[in-house]
Amino acid sequence: MVAEPTLQEAPQSVLTESNAQLDITLEQLKKLVSPRAFTGETMLLNMGPQHPSTHGVLRLLLELDGETIVSCIPDIGFLHTGIEKTHEGKTYTKGIPLTDRIDYLAPLSNNMAYVGCVEKLLGLEVPLRAQYLRVILLELTRMNSHLVWLATHALDIGAMSMFLYCMREREMILDVYELVAGARMMTSYFRVGGLWRDVPAGFTDLVQKILDVFPKRLLEYEKLLKDNPMWKERTVGIGVISKEDAIAYGMTGPSLRGSGVNYDVRKAYPYSSYDQFEFSVPVGSNGDVYDRYRCRMEEFSQSLKIIEQAMKRLPAGPVMVDNRKIAPPPKHEIAYSMESLIHHFKLWTEGFSVPEGEAYFAVESGKGEFGCYISANGGPKPRRVHFRAPSLCNLQALPTMSKGCLIADMVAIVGSIDIVLGEVDR
Amino acid sequence: MPDTLTSLADLSRIAAELGDAVVETVVAHGEITLITTRERLVAVLTWLRDRQQFEMLTDETCVDYYPREPRFAIVYQLNSLSRRLRLRVKVFLSEYDKVVPTATGVYAGANWLEREIYDLFGVTFEGHPDLRRILMPLGYEGHPLLKEVPVTVEEVAFSFNRRRIDSDKPYVRE
Repeated sequence: MVAEPTLQEAPQSVLTESNAQLDITLEQLKKLVSPRAFTGETMLLNMGPQHPSTHGVLRLLLELDGETIVSCIPDIGFLHTGIEKTHEGKTYTKGIPLTDRIDYLAPLSNNMAYVGCVEKLLGLEVPLRAQYLRVILLELTRMNSHLVWLATHALDIGAMSMFLYCMREREMILDVYELVAGARMMTSYFRVGGLWRDVPAGFTDLVQKILDVFPKRLLEYEKLLKDNPMWKERTVGIGVISKEDAIAYGMTGPSLRGSGVNYDVRKAYPYSSYDQFEFSVPVGSNGDVYDRYRCRMEEFSQSLKIIEQAMKRLPAGPVMVDNRKIAPPPKHEIAYSMESLIHHFKLWTEGFSVPEGEAYFAVESGKGEFGCYISANGGPKPRRVHFRAPSLCNLQALPTMSKGCLIADMVAIVGSIDIVLGEVDR
Repeated sequence: MPDTLTSLADLSRIAAELGDAVVETVVAHGEITLITTRERLVAVLTWLRDRQQFEMLTDETCVDYYPREPRFAIVYQLNSLSRRLRLRVKVFLSEYDKVVPTATGVYAGANWLEREIYDLFGVTFEGHPDLRRILMPLGYEGHPLLKEVPVTVEEVAFSFNRRRIDSDKPYVRE
């Protein structure tokens, strides 16, 4: 009689296979999954890294009891590009384009955190016009980030038309990017001390068009999803995380506010004159997928409100600090001023030096608190640049959120925390 | 930015209550930094969380101060949501003893951040529940953010140095 394979053998082979891919010893794996995985009672299943609803390359090792998730082990790092290391070999100005690539859906928020941190180290006061223009663009960036989130999140759950509508509206924002920076995605528009240049003619019209069109479109989105019974069935009460857990995991942004914590960097530690604008911070209460969705939807109208105020009160004046050791001289000056020529040469060959010290500067990006920590060594290149990525901290709470949910809910939960893998892995 | 005066008052009060656990306090750029020792770290973090409402660990990272000694610093960015106050806690580590107690017991969010530091700097966290690589690929050797690792590794091969460069590459040897 041929011996049939025992129950213990089959899952063991699954475990060794996953352990080869996860770079994990069996001992470590035993701590992460329940003992039932070793007796074959529960099943281990790989989700990703090529799964379309993981928003990039996120791999989840799921332990399933039937369709219920027992445990979830996220595996990240597929998109690690060494941005923090690369910064150590670049001058402070050359570091700006690198920051676009972190959260590639919100390039200007990243720019802001980085240049804000360098400005803090240098003790620079940015002209008011630049601050206001930054606010306008940061809020457009938030809307851009939220639009992509809404598009993909709804698509994941099955509302396909949302994707098409959101991409249509996103185009208007990308047009503004293209006008001011010349690039639609990787803008690199902010500079240490201000902006690359003043906004070109036509900027007001484009922004005004968004202000006019967007509220109507927002109503359409709400009509499609807000009270949609199918949407609510997929989102209400799913992926719940308590206030205490969310804070302990360091969650920020709409994912934290969905759990009822009123924390917004724009209000708590205002930057770029955010304290001069009136807006409210939407806060949820249940901490489920639906509340996180509601928080982001409410933020659209708050962003529009801020942009409207900033456009109305946009002051005239320069958009760059008047310090030639930091800001490059205007091109025409180089033709007749020896000083300007020297400044230009020094800035583009050596770069400006930042005094020894360290600083942390955070902005509220679409995903949460996006922070930049720079340790400067006194020279033109930083000693260490570190980015505090909100997606990474929010994703860390995923195992807690998904425990006990169905496997189909996983797609909704991953969508609701709005991760960008470029930011998770940097 | 929080009011520097209140921050300073807070800082002196915190430093006084912590006593000899605080090696040094630094105020720069409107930010307060508290330097502590490895032995007292967990006690200091717990005290700050429970008694001073620093509920959130915003960030944890490492800085390589080569060629200084102690060479490494682990940097904790704490955030008090209720007091709207940020505080940075630093611990210096020697190059020859890159071990620090884990903060996962105090802040659950420290888990992945410490794994990242372990991965990129090779600092070991004592008592960490799941200390393994997080970002670098499977089978990677070394720790890329150390200063001895050059920013660009690949030397460009020309006809005069191709042989020497090829001899360094693993695929040639195999």
